[in-house]
Amino acid sequence: MTTPILELRDIHVRFATLDGAVEAVRGVSFSIRRGETVAVVGESGSGKSQIMMGVMGLLAQNGRITGIAEFHGMNLIGLPRRALNRIRGERIAMIFQEPMTSLDPLFPIGAQLIEPLCHHQGLSRKAAHARAIELLQLVQIPEPERRMAAYPHELSGGQRQRVMIAMAISNNPELLIADEPTTALDVTIQAEILTLLRDLQERLGMAILFITHDLHVVRRIADRVVVMRRGEKVEEGPVETVFATPQNAYTRALIDAEPEGRKPPVALDAPVVLEVRDAAVTFGRRRRLFQPAEPGFRAVNGLSLTLRRGETIGIVGESGSGKSTLARAILRLLPATGTIRLHGRAIEDLAPRALLPLRRDMQVVMQDPFGSLSPRMTAGQIVAEGLLVHHPAMSAAERDRAAAEALTECQFDPALRNRYPHEFSGGQRQRIAIARALVLKPSIIVLDEPTSALDRQVQKQIVDLLRRLQAEHGLSYLFISHDLAVVRALSDRIMVLKSGELVEAGPCAEVIGAPKQDYTRRLVQAALLG
Amino acid sequence: MTRFILRRLLTAIPTLFLIVTISFFLMRVAPGGPFNQEKGLNPAVIENLNRVYQLDQPLWSQYLHYLSNLLHGDLGPSYTRPDFTVTEMFATALPISIQIGTLALLLALTIGSVLGIIAALNQNRGLDYLVVATATAGSTIPTFVIAPLYQLTFALSLSLVPVAGWGGGALVNKIGPVLTLMLPQLAVVARLMRGAMIEALRAHHIRTCRAMGLSEVSVVCRHALRSAVMPVISYAGPAAASLLTGSVIVETIFGIPGIGRYFVEAALARDYTVVMGTVVVLAAFTILFNLIVDLLYAIVDPRVRHD
Repeated sequence: MTTPILELRDIHVRFATLDGAVEAVRGVSFSIRRGETVAVVGESGSGKSQIMMGVMGLLAQNGRITGIAEFHGMNLIGLPRRALNRIRGERIAMIFQEPMTSLDPLFPIGAQLIEPLCHHQGLSRKAAHARAIELLQLVQIPEPERRMAAYPHELSGGQRQRVMIAMAISNNPELLIADEPTTALDVTIQAEILTLLRDLQERLGMAILFITHDLHVVRRIADRVVVMRRGEKVEEGPVETVFATPQNAYTRALIDAEPEGRKPPVALDAPVVLEVRDAAVTFGRRRRLFQPAEPGFRAVNGLSLTLRRGETIGIVGESGSGKSTLARAILRLLPATGTIRLHGRAIEDLAPRALLPLRRDMQVVMQDPFGSLSPRMTAGQIVAEGLLVHHPAMSAAERDRAAAEALTECQFDPALRNRYPHEFSGGQRQRIAIARALVLKPSIIVLDEPTSALDRQVQKQIVDLLRRLQAEHGLSYLFISHDLAVVRALSDRIMVLKSGELVEAGPCAEVIGAPKQDYTRRLVQAALLG
Repeated sequence: MTRFILRRLLTAIPTLFLIVTISFFLMRVAPGGPFNQEKGLNPAVIENLNRVYQLDQPLWSQYLHYLSNLLHGDLGPSYTRPDFTVTEMFATALPISIQIGTLALLLALTIGSVLGIIAALNQNRGLDYLVVATATAGSTIPTFVIAPLYQLTFALSLSLVPVAGWGGGALVNKIGPVLTLMLPQLAVVARLMRGAMIEALRAHHIRTCRAMGLSEVSVVCRHALRSAVMPVISYAGPAAASLLTGSVIVETIFGIPGIGRYFVEAALARDYTVVMGTVVVLAAFTILFNLIVDLLYAIVDPRVRHD
């Protein structure tokens, strides 16, 4: 065995907060050898990112790191900035979770690639320019010469992450720290980025330290894995061993946190609750004076579906495929063409006032549990708000009781209902959002990526909760997700969308088990199912 | 870009028209007129004067007359200084106000930005507190306190500079008015820059720069400063418009023959044409500087260009 290039011993990271010191990392030690891929796994808040942020001198102002981080025998912790800057970006490079914001929006990507090249290798601008084009080729950016002048906002998320990778490998680092590099990307793009990192590692022989919460990713690319929980290392070992025989109960729980189980089928003669025919949504360009309106962009193009009582239709696709737009059109939150029948009654032309009582029957749970709850209202008020509109005769006490009941059903302690959203975790907030939908006793709930922002373990609990509520109340779900593992656990039928059109539809097991279309196959492969 | 500028200049025309119209009629709602201020003027004389200046005609006719003159670049005669036209008065006074205003603005932007950056880089440490405290004090002390203090100390006690007067535009005469105009602006710029810089330094792309081992100078001056400068630019536009068109207080205390004084003097004397003239100049400057701000925005931030 070769000696480690980076060895961490007894790393502590503390943050000074208004509530006193918070210890995010508590005495973690591990090492990484040349050419090796080590994955640090843990849920959000486990401190997994803060270790490397601390080692690289990138902690927030109130953070302090102690311990030893030996890079080729030199302790990086406490190193003066000048000396650290000769290592950062040259011998150890880093890519981040947020491809959208990690590049400077005010400079073309070429300039951002050239600057570290000139800085570390002393290249002339011309030589650096040529090298930057090479790097863009290496990370498979099409038309690299032209792209040099592009600004980050002109690139997609996947392309931006490629540019970040190009920048990180520009000085042939010995170690690449990848902090959740694929989390913010679509599944198929995720797979491409992972493949790219693998290729680059083989070519350049660098070690990769992969920080992630996603066990699929770990299994796919890592040699060794370090499992973290609440700032401590709970387990470490080769990937196969840890996955096959996890020693720690928490590791076991993480591995088992895949959403499992299948939805029991609905009776064939179950009544139809929602029928959509040829729904289309066009985002038109604004019409200029004296000019004909431009044809506009068709986000949803002639989609139809039939939803029965107790049934779940999973709507799957990458970002931009039109799945959320379709849901909004059905909820009549967007102008659309086509017919929408709710319990047999056409609602597409109803005036807002006539539509209002029907809205009670179709509720929605949004993706972002942080943004979709008013920060100025308590959990109880949020849940009860819909009752004010739909049951104005109810007294305040009755509303509060109904809210408490709905929260209890969502396994949310109703004693906490007088607290504000920011006091709750993502999983708890999503429970509040589900209770808000449930309190009105709807027959249909549109679930727009309700589990995407949650950790796997919490995800699993929410999936179980949704399934139980459906069975108890005979709810019908329109379940929108890019995550096939969750869709498989919840849906009867699946619709695969791409660019606003239907690619494939059918029973869940058929679509995932034997996809007919290339695009579906790619999605299934990227999701690493089965 | 050219199309954008042209479009903006075209939209300026209705704006100016509205401002001129509203000010014209508001002005006339105020009681009195230019010639009944002094007691004991013979009514026959007033009548004559009114006839000469066409003030005896119906208001709408006066308005149309003013508009037509304005379109020809004629701001009319001054009623209280009959030897001068408004254009002539502005021709001598405006350059003086612009000189002082420009100097004050440039100094406030440079020194304020530097102080703001220093404060941001030392956030919540001694130097930061010092800058913030000074800036707060600077923006709370009114101009009419700073100016006499300056005169008292540097002119009367130390005899380093003249107390007041323009002195044909000598540098020593400009120091006082420029400093007095600059200080409150500097305080605002410093605080704006501090806040924007702290925000900018927390951005993810700054973390990327640091992770790539770029020097602190490049991180701060090249990457963070460019996004931090945005709020300062948007403040500087309207500030420039008001600084360059002169300050009543500063010009009065230092006896500077700039345009700022005219506004108040003329308003009190119902010197309609001079008031209208200053309104037109101020509006034009405001429109111009807002356009410049938008152009600067587009230069600094490529995302604006594409909209």
